[in-house]
Amino acid sequence: MSKSFDAIIIGGGHNGLVTASYLAKAGLKPLVVEAGDQLGGCAVTREFAPGFRSSAVAHLLHALHPRVVADLGLEGQGLRGLCKPVGTGLLLPEGRRIDITHDAAATAASIGAVSKADAEAYPRVMARLGKLATALGTFLTRTPPNPAIAQNDFQTKLALGMFALQLRMLGKKDMLELTRILTMNVADLANDHFESDAIKGLLSFEATLGVYLGPRSPNTVFNLLYRLSSFGKHGMGGLYQPLGGMGAVAEALAKAARAAGADIRLQAPVERILIEKEQAVGVVLQGGEEIRAPIVASSADPQRTLLKLVPPGELDTEFLKRIRHLRMNGCVAKLHLALDGLPTGVTQSDGRLVIAPSINYVERAFDCAKYGRVADHPALEVTFPSLADPGLAPAGKHVASILFQYAPYKLRETPPAVVREQVLDRTLATLEQAMPGLAAKVTAAEVLTPHDLENRFGLSGGQWHQGEVTLDQMFFLRPAAQFQQYRMPIPGLWLCGAGAHPGGNVSGAAGANAAREIIKARKNGR
Amino acid sequence: MTHVQHLKPFLRKTPFFEPIDRLMHGNGWIRWMGYYSPAFFDSEQSEYFATRHGASVYDVSPLIKYAIRGKDAARFANYLVTRDLTKVKPMQAAYTAWCDDDGKMIEEGTIFRLGENDFILNAALHQLHWLDESAYGFDVEIEEISDQLAGLSLQGPTSREILQQMGVQGIEKLPHFGIMETTVDGHWLRIDRAGFTGDLGYELWVKPQDGIWLWETLFRIGDPYKIAPMGSQALDWLRIEAGFILVDADYTGSHHALRPTSRVSPFEAGIGWCVGLKKDAYFVGKRALRAEKEKGLSRHILIGIEVEGRKPAPGSFLYADRAGKQEIGITTSAMWSPGLKKNIAFAKVPPSFVKPGTQMWIEIWYPKEHKIERSMVKCWAANRMFYDPPRKKA
Ligand SMILES: Cc1cc2nc3c(=O)[nH]c(=O)nc-3n(C[C@H](O)[C@H](O)[C@H](O)COP(=O)(O)OP(=O)(O)OC[C@H]3O[C@@H](n4cnc5c(N)ncnc54)[C@H](O)[C@@H]3O)c2cc1C
Repeated sequence: MSKSFDAIIIGGGHNGLVTASYLAKAGLKPLVVEAGDQLGGCAVTREFAPGFRSSAVAHLLHALHPRVVADLGLEGQGLRGLCKPVGTGLLLPEGRRIDITHDAAATAASIGAVSKADAEAYPRVMARLGKLATALGTFLTRTPPNPAIAQNDFQTKLALGMFALQLRMLGKKDMLELTRILTMNVADLANDHFESDAIKGLLSFEATLGVYLGPRSPNTVFNLLYRLSSFGKHGMGGLYQPLGGMGAVAEALAKAARAAGADIRLQAPVERILIEKEQAVGVVLQGGEEIRAPIVASSADPQRTLLKLVPPGELDTEFLKRIRHLRMNGCVAKLHLALDGLPTGVTQSDGRLVIAPSINYVERAFDCAKYGRVADHPALEVTFPSLADPGLAPAGKHVASILFQYAPYKLRETPPAVVREQVLDRTLATLEQAMPGLAAKVTAAEVLTPHDLENRFGLSGGQWHQGEVTLDQMFFLRPAAQFQQYRMPIPGLWLCGAGAHPGGNVSGAAGANAAREIIKARKNGR
Repeated sequence: MTHVQHLKPFLRKTPFFEPIDRLMHGNGWIRWMGYYSPAFFDSEQSEYFATRHGASVYDVSPLIKYAIRGKDAARFANYLVTRDLTKVKPMQAAYTAWCDDDGKMIEEGTIFRLGENDFILNAALHQLHWLDESAYGFDVEIEEISDQLAGLSLQGPTSREILQQMGVQGIEKLPHFGIMETTVDGHWLRIDRAGFTGDLGYELWVKPQDGIWLWETLFRIGDPYKIAPMGSQALDWLRIEAGFILVDADYTGSHHALRPTSRVSPFEAGIGWCVGLKKDAYFVGKRALRAEKEKGLSRHILIGIEVEGRKPAPGSFLYADRAGKQEIGITTSAMWSPGLKKNIAFAKVPPSFVKPGTQMWIEIWYPKEHKIERSMVKCWAANRMFYDPPRKKA
């Protein structure tokens, strides 16, 4: 390589691209090396059957942080125009359904048909949860402090102070409510506020999506608040269907990165991080090519980065144990269906359909995962991206993009290959009841199990967030205590992906925070 | 000292139990790592002098031994311990520490390099869990082989002649910390030239079934060389004179510390020379140890002190001033040395007091006529290796 770089970013996932953009804007020369043949990582659009395309992993945009959008000028890259807001339709037994949309009156009427009380309670409870989530969300774009308060710099102390103030400003009642519910399970919370199985089921689904937890597991309210934090001012304010699929977001990010001066290489899998004299000094690609730079920032997950890419003998024993023990048991499978036409019951305005009709339904699905099996009756999130963007399928045909919860990575007896069949069969069986005639319209199907996600996207355990988002793996404990500020123990090595604070979803927050710390360290000559 | 009376049903016997039991005059059995171990035979004085003037035999079989083998064994061992093992050739041993992430000492002990990728680590505490965890990513096999070797430590000025008379070919050429393997009377024998007494001495390892043969041969041939069995009480004196620290006496292993602050680094334990900060490879705790060294973060250092008078001073407080206003440290091990005729101790003191000759004050409480009396006397920082005869390495 004749060209020299200031920083190498491992992984061209959305966070890697965000980090590269910020570094380039700060005057550094970054190089992104991506293993795959496409940018975006888990935020990509791929053809899964001839003529049929879909978001390959993440499919609904909600978390992209407004700060990132503004800083990187993503609106200028056409981002807003790329997105269509979507509502949520709950598919209930016997063909009933509830539609939750931006139209408050219609939503109330729809819930009211099932429960008058819940129709009244829903906007109130969600607004309150949203308020609490927004207070917590302040920290999404902040570097987690050192728990030893004295060890923080002025900025971090100020941020902590502001955070405390903000919690205080919630008022006594809300602050107490936040402390009460933060570690709680979502089933109890749902029972506190609602009476219908349908709304409780929806809450159970939202609170367990992407974590290896059932509605009765502690910490699920935290996961719910984490998700809700992006539905307010710390995210996009709601759920959006990206036109052209999630890959369009990655493309906008890639454009921004290139425009800022970042170099990007595809099909450049890093075999190991080059460490000399206990400093990270570059990477070695598969095939042996060496690329050097004084900063190596990895957006691959912490286990991949620290256990696979860092050669043995460079990190301390207990630190490695912490990383090995990160909870990374992915349990969401992704399905793509090529459809001859729209199934009955699906309307042109449908965005997101959820099948999670009660707490127990979701809990039983989780029970299977708990014992290392694929859920017999899965909770599903179904979208038809071709409704918003007909270009994703041949004329007159459609695409379904489906999240299947739970298909655990850690299996007891089922071989991973059988998981694929089970996921498909059980999805079709479940959908057939909600949308009769759907199965007959399926002309091609693709299933990505957590094992597939691991193999194709380098995502250890197929875990949604590159490490479960639970209180013990968050904030100043992410990915491990004392290493929460993106800087890894090996000088020169940084984490900039979802495995670092504040965690996953297509948000760009981790990438932006990491870049800020890298730039700060460079300025201070450290 | 742990009395063994109530432990008898549980304690295991080393291959040397029977001959030791026959020679033991008092109730000298104590427990060591689940084995019967002799604390004394008749008097610690006589055993001490036997070591310094003749030769003594101490049963080291209860030591915990780990075999480390496999493709990455050399790299792994060098990552595990603080010493630079690239400088330790096959058939050499090295004294070293091993640390946790924070550079706090888990333990110290001897590592034996038998081949390029073949090591034995001797430890006083169980370490298998730590070794297994540390071995993540390395192609190594770690096996506890404690029961596969029986060992006697033969220490003292006549030890070499005894081995020569026994027929160990080439023992005179074995360097300090060298290892050799040989056969005597058809019995396999591994010998390393190390020990815990600071004297000329060897450790002899045999297969457990050859234990009795080794014991009887040593005592038959060693008789004219003033050979004597020894217990741990005399050994404690010898090791203090020699400056060797002892886990649970002079420091607490980091995995056994109740508070994080009671862990110590090798620098603080006074074995900073074992820390290979310059070695090419990373080792567990290196970043923390380098920071400690570079930023001067050591809180205290274990040094030797010589104390005025003859009253042994274990667990005594040290002061900068005679009035006892400024407390600076505490002694761990202490003794009146019968051989050196000196009152010596190990003491933890701040780094500014370690220079040999630095004067401090020490408060010693001692019993006198049914009363407890206090004396405040001078003491001086000294080289902890109080006893270091040329023959140790010659
Ligand atoms: C099934 C599923 C559904 C999801 N649905 C949604 C959703 O609807 N909405 C949402 O917001 N979030 C969703 N998420 C979460 C979201 O996809 C991730 O949190 C997010 O994409 C993580 O982005 P990242 O850039 O941090 O990491 P990644 O996207 O994982 O990027 C890491 C990149 O590093 C590359 N890489 C790895 N190893 C190497 C190597 N050795 N050399 C070079 N490159 C390497 C990978 O190829 C990849 O491109 C979902 C996750 C899953 C698993």
